[in-house]
Formats: sequence, C-alpha cells, structure tokens
Amino acid sequence: MQRTQGAAADPESALRIAEEVVRLAKQAGVTEAEALVVSGESALTRFANSEVHQNVASSEASVNLRVARGRRVAVASSGRTDAEGLRALVERAAAIAAYVEELEDWAGLPEPGATNAEPVEAAWSDGTGGATPELRADGARAVIAAADAEGVMAFGSFSTDAEAFAVANSKGVRAAERRTTSQLLTVAMGPDNGTGYAEDCSVDATAIDGAALGREAAERARASASPVDIEPGDYPVVLNHYAVVDLLDMLGYLGFSALAVAEDRSFWEAGKQVASPLVTITDDGRDPAGLPMGFDAEGVAKQRLSLLDRGICRDLAFDAQTASRAGHHSTGHGLPAPNPYGPFPTNMAMAPGEATTDELIGGLERGLLVTRFHYTNPVYPKRVVITGMTRDGTFLVEGGRIVGPVRNLRFTMSYLDALGGVEAISRDRRCLRGLLGGSVVPAVRLSSFSFTGATRAE
Amino acid sequence: MRDLTSRALDTATARGATYADVRVVRRLEESITVKSTRVEGVSAGETEGFGVRVLVDGAWGFAASHDLSAAEADRVAAEAVRIARASATTIRNRVVLDDRPPARGRYETPVAEDPFAVPLDRKIGALLDADRAMNAVKGIAWTESMYSAQREEKTFAASDGSYTEQRITHVGSGLEANAIDGDEHQRRSYPDNGGLWGSAGYEFIRAMDLAGNAERVAHEAVELLSAPPLPSGMRTILLHPSQLYMQVHESCGHPSELDRAFGTEASYAGTSFLMPGMLDNFRYGSDLCDIVADATAPGGLGTFGWDDEGVAAQQVPLIKEGIFVGYLSSRETAPRIGRQSGGAMRADGWNRIPLIRMTNVNLLPKPGMSFDDIVADTDDGLLFETNRSWSIDDRRLNFQFGTEVVREVRNGRVGRLFRNGTYTGITYELWRSMDAVGDASSWRMWGTPNCGKGEPTQTGHVGHGVSGARFRNVRVGVMS
Repeated sequence: MQRTQGAAADPESALRIAEEVVRLAKQAGVTEAEALVVSGESALTRFANSEVHQNVASSEASVNLRVARGRRVAVASSGRTDAEGLRALVERAAAIAAYVEELEDWAGLPEPGATNAEPVEAAWSDGTGGATPELRADGARAVIAAADAEGVMAFGSFSTDAEAFAVANSKGVRAAERRTTSQLLTVAMGPDNGTGYAEDCSVDATAIDGAALGREAAERARASASPVDIEPGDYPVVLNHYAVVDLLDMLGYLGFSALAVAEDRSFWEAGKQVASPLVTITDDGRDPAGLPMGFDAEGVAKQRLSLLDRGICRDLAFDAQTASRAGHHSTGHGLPAPNPYGPFPTNMAMAPGEATTDELIGGLERGLLVTRFHYTNPVYPKRVVITGMTRDGTFLVEGGRIVGPVRNLRFTMSYLDALGGVEAISRDRRCLRGLLGGSVVPAVRLSSFSFTGATRAE
Repeated sequence: MRDLTSRALDTATARGATYADVRVVRRLEESITVKSTRVEGVSAGETEGFGVRVLVDGAWGFAASHDLSAAEADRVAAEAVRIARASATTIRNRVVLDDRPPARGRYETPVAEDPFAVPLDRKIGALLDADRAMNAVKGIAWTESMYSAQREEKTFAASDGSYTEQRITHVGSGLEANAIDGDEHQRRSYPDNGGLWGSAGYEFIRAMDLAGNAERVAHEAVELLSAPPLPSGMRTILLHPSQLYMQVHESCGHPSELDRAFGTEASYAGTSFLMPGMLDNFRYGSDLCDIVADATAPGGLGTFGWDDEGVAAQQVPLIKEGIFVGYLSSRETAPRIGRQSGGAMRADGWNRIPLIRMTNVNLLPKPGMSFDDIVADTDDGLLFETNRSWSIDDRRLNFQFGTEVVREVRNGRVGRLFRNGTYTGITYELWRSMDAVGDASSWRMWGTPNCGKGEPTQTGHVGHGVSGARFRNVRVGVMS
C-alpha cells in the first residue's frame, strides 16, 4: 500500500517536537523559547502543451526556534527533527542570543491567550490528505480533454499540500492543527494569440472540477483570438475574480499591517474612508470559504478583522511585537520569526454584491473586461499605485456586450482610487491563492481604470 | 554520501528508470536585520535533504525528502518512478536528453574570509554603525540594514556515472534610508535595493564600506522628498549599472530561457517573444549589444562548476552584435533546436526540480568610454539610478521600471534631481536604441537573489555584469 500525502502531516507529532525543542532551549539557559514546527508533504503536477512535463513530491519538515535571553532575541531554523538535529538547533539559537544586542522594547513571547487557538476542522480534507499522483494526473487530463475539445492547448498545474503546524512556547502556548490546500490553474492557448485563464483553490482537492476549469479557460482562449490594438487611457472596467485577488494582495502587503502603519508607509488611518461604501474586506482564519487556519506562527488564535468596513479603515493585523508597541493585543497575524516586514492578513475576503457577472458587464457602456493581472509591482507604495499588465483575456465591451478581444494593456493605477470607484460587485465569489494564503473574492465593476501602455504583437 | 546516492540510483533504475539523478543538498543560511538602530532579527538556518529525478517511459518524475536514511532513499526513488509513470499517461512527446560526458570533480566558490567564521558581533556591529549613521540624519523616518550569507554543499550523482561535489557561498548586504512626508515615501539604498550580492566571502561585504556611505544615502532620501516629480516625455536616458542590470534581467535574461519559448512556464511566469525561428536572424538590439550567459564569470550569483544536471559551466552568447543567437537551455530542451545544453539547469534546494535559470547574464563592456564619459558625452538626458520597481508582460515585451533617483544631465553635467522616475517601452525597441555602452572600467557584477520562477515557486540567485548604457527616445514619467 502506498503512503498517502497526509501521513506525514501529524499535528500531535509536530507538537511533541515543538515541546521538546522548548524543553531543550530552557535547559540551555534561555529565558524564553518558542518553536514552530511544520511537517508534511507537498506535491505538484505541471502540464504544458497539453501533456504533463513536471511531476514532483516532497516530504518536508522545518523547525523554527526563537529564543530570548532577557531582551536578547535570536532565531534559528533547521530541517532536521532527529535528536541530534534538535540539539544542534538549540545550541545555535542560544549562541546567537548570547551575542546580539538587547532589543529595548522586546515584548516577550505571547502568553496563552483568552482566545483559544483551537484547530479549525475545516482546514483539513481527507480528499487532499489522500491525494495521489494519479489524482493529479486525472485533473490534468480533464483540463487537457476540455482544451482538446475547443482546439486549444492546455498549460497549468495541480498542487496538493498536506501539512501539520504546531507551536509551543515556554509560557505555555500550545497550538497544533493539520491543514490541506490544493490549487488547479490553467492557461489555455489557442490559434491567433488567444489565451484564457481559470483557477480554483480548495481545502479539498477532490472538490476541484478540472473539466469545468478547462472549459472556462479554453472558451476564453477561443474568445480572445486575434486581439486588436486599443488606445491606452482611462476606461471603466469589469475585473474578473482573478484580477480582484491582486487588489487584496497589494492592500494586505502595503497597508493592513500594524508595522506598516507604525512606520508611516501605509495608507491606513483609523476611520478614514479609502474605498467605495460598497467595499467591505475582512480577514478571517476560520472562514471555511477560504483556506482556513486557526492560529498564526506565534500560536495566537486568528481573530476576525474588519479591514475595510464599507470602505472605511477599521482593523489592522498585529503580531505580538507590534501589538506590544502599540498597546494593542495580537490579532493572530504573526509570520515566522524573524519577520522585519511585520504582520500580514493571510485569509482575506471581499464581501459579495448582488450582481451576476453578466450584469456587471451589462453595465459597461464602453469599457474593458479584464481576466487577470500579470507581474504587478508597487510604484508608489503608500498610495498603493501599482503597475502591471493584463493577461489571458482582455475584452472591449460596448453597450453592455463583449465586442472582442484587445491586446494586453499596461496599467499604472492606485488600487485605492480603483476601489473608490466600485459601482457593482458580483454575488458569486471564488477562493483563489493569495500572496500568503487564500483569498475569497468577487468580480467588480469600476468606474475608471488607468491604462498607460500596450504591448505589441511581436 | 555515495552510499545514499548509489542506493537511490540503484532503486530507481531497478524499478524501470532509464535515467536517474540525485542531488543531496545541505544549505546553511545566516541573516541579520537592523531596523532604526534596533537589531530586529538574527537568524541561522540549516536544511538538508535529497531529491531524485527519474525518466520512465519518456516522462519525468521527481520526489524528495529531508530524511537521509537508506530506507528513505528507497522510498523516495520508488515514489519518483511512480510519479513518472503517472506523468507518462499524458505525454505526447517522449523526453530525449542530449549527450554529455559524465561529470566528475569538485568546485568551490573562492572565499578569502569565510562569512560563517566571522564573529557574529562583528557582523552586527558593522550594520549598527551604518544604521546609526543613517539615523543621525534629520528627516529620516526609518532605516533598515541587512546582511545575509548562504552556503550550499551539493552532491550530484547520475545513472550515467556522473558524480560532482560543489560548495557554493553567496553573501549580500545593504542599507536603506526612508524619508516620509504625508503620502510621499522616498527610499534610498546602498549599494543596491535589497543589498548587493555576490559569490564570495566576507571580504565582499567589507569592500562595500557601508558606514562610509550611510550618511550620504540618508541625505539623498530626505532630498528626494522636495525634488519635483519626473515630467512625462520622450527622452534620452542613461541607465546606471544599478538599474541596467535589472533591465538585462527582465528583458533579456527571462525571454532567453528556452523553456519559456517552449511554453512550459506559460501558466506561471509566461512565455517569450524570442522564438526558435528567430535565432540568428532577429535584430534584438543595436550593434553595441553583446549579451552572454556566463556561468564561469568570477563573483556572480550564477557562477558554479556544473549545473544541476551535471553540465559544466560555460559561456553562451545570447545576443551578438544585436542579433539574437542563443538561449539558456537544458539537456532536454537544447536538442529540440539542434544544440547542446548550455548548462543552465538550477534548483532552489534539495526539494525542487531543476529549471532553466539564468546564470550570469552579462552585457559586455565596449571600449571607448567609461560610463562617466558617456554621461559627459550627453547633451540632454536623464540618469536613472537604483531600481525601485519593475514589471514586464508575460512575453517580455512591454516593460516599466522605476528608480530611486533620476538626475537631469545637461551638456554633460549631472544636475537637477527628480523623484518617482519611471520609464517604459518595448524590449527590442529599447535595446535597438542603445547608442553607448560603458567600458570595462565601469563594468561590475550585480546580483538578483530573489528571481522567482516555476511551480512550486523557486527563488533563484542570478548574476548580471553591466557597465551602464545610453538609450535614445525613451518614454519617461509615466503618471498614474
């Protein structure tokens, strides 16, 4: 019998390792110790030109140890979980802590909290835990068959991950859970430069419908064949779900972090209206619609954050250190130490509206329908001005109907300004892979989006 | 290590692999971050594991594990074969590898001063000195100073008898001063945004003189707040080496990857406008444009003895006198265009499969003028220095870059400062407009330690040697 992917994802075993590391660290004379253990198996099947060309699986374990000697803080990590490896890890961390300067405002490790870091049941699925290379090959074949039926080529990947996460610290924090994630994405490429995209993420790999995704991408590729030039400029747009996820990623990356606010590099101000009243964005690690997780890398239970409430800044993501500096409490958004960038919302969701995607498009007198963005990057971070390209299906819409495909466009646009012009939001949402977790997003119609350039045929 | 590699290879071939290779990798990492004179993070990491890659029925399989036991070598090799058989159910073309002599030998990065042997307090002290100097400048909001070192001990063995050992050491360090006024956030870095990186020892860090440059960059960050934004227009631009290397990376390095041309990166990083039919006939740039992928160049992040499928380090011309002449390639892809692998397969650790990656993609210097001479030779232009933002389309044609500073050049003299400078264009149009390239005196190796590619995503360390260059009639000042 073959070992399943989930076999290596044992939270109890991971927690035992974390506790042992903390015990060894205390024995070594540190005043505080925290161990984060992640173990499990990741696998991915990749296909291109309608055949599998890469198929990988990896069994991995990592131990991240943070120790403090008074206010001297150090971090060491290791991929070894045997007794000798753990001892060496502790020695390394303790030795660093003896050398480093004191961190004057060291907050100390989190205490066991009033909020319980209980594991989230919805974070795990046996469908992914039992995933096999054959299951992923079946998914790839379903996409390829759909592409064949439309006369286009399929490219993409199907990944399945099953991992155990455990955190223990010397103050008594104990948290452990198992998590699965899966993602199938595909780009279909047809004759005459037509391309299309589709993606789905889920805790349960068996819930992903490869055939449906294959059809969606293939039909989009056929529809986007022979794109024509269009003059760059400001256009009303409908952003598909795949584009909207980038808006949330960038707001999270640049703005919703307590450290970003403390360093004055964020747009965030409590109570400030920064987006349309139609826009509500939350972060909720227990939301089963996303890719749930019960606690952060410091073992603190994830709290639900109202990041934007009808366009108004409400909550921020805190980890233990930023919370201490701000006189706040950690919201369970710490990343593995050391983390100079600060806390991060990993489970964002944008509230749905009431429109169908067809109704969003129907509301465009003359505008563009954008499938997704490519290679986006901040130009002016504090104003969330981002540049990037459209990709895999950009269409001109006139009189509420898709007229035809246009060549990919470059945009340079403040995502805050974009969200200030939200006119309507779709009622259907999708779970997609975000920058550091899963995001649940609708499609949106915006009153204006600035396209500042276009690509060429050759 | 031979016991483990032999066991994995034997198991793979016994189960039906027609080719197998195994890499055992131990990676050490050390990093220090100082923020606003506080030592925010000091970490030391170690990972170890092995990956087995097999060909069965013409299809690839790969499996990896952190457990170096003999039993795990058997399990992982068998799993790789099983995965390859699953892959074989969908293939339409069998993988064929080019021939190469079995690789044997040892390579080490030349290191004068072992970065892992330098006492930690000295490394922290050097960063603190520089960070304090930046913070002493009035108007600075916050600062960040970083140091990082990475060492890989890598053993490669293949079923054709190859067996190599490599010890590769990379180091990087840098400073960043941030000044903020309302919505305006300006950053100035030294020696480069994200630090300057190389394959070397701690001597590379000492040579940077971080403390000696700290006050200057802090003043420049503050000065930027009151500089005017760069106006829009079509201008002559001068790309300082600290920006030119990113232009090479995005608009020459990536489109020259043969896997992109064949579509195997289409679902993630994208494809390429440089198709095999354009080899030896497509005018990519001006006659001054000579670009070479050189894994033998000293000091680069893409310098090694053999790539991760046992092909020896070599120099591969990509652009010759402006004409597109070559690709970064692998043993699988090169035969499809009638060539041999250029030795560009690299993996991000033991748990990742090798992909075609840049080595050191270098724009060769041209005799005649140093970069300073080129500036002096320019009547009316803009000097872009230190990359700040980057973006390019999925076929690597339409790019847009921003830099930390832009300075006006009038009658050969550097003058007024602009903030928020950007320029944009189409790859081949820009390179065709290049009318001056700096000479060897201005040429140096730069490094990109965060090049993302592949699924699962791999982070690559790649090098770029450049000397600075001038381009005509480029669109600048993209407004939002």
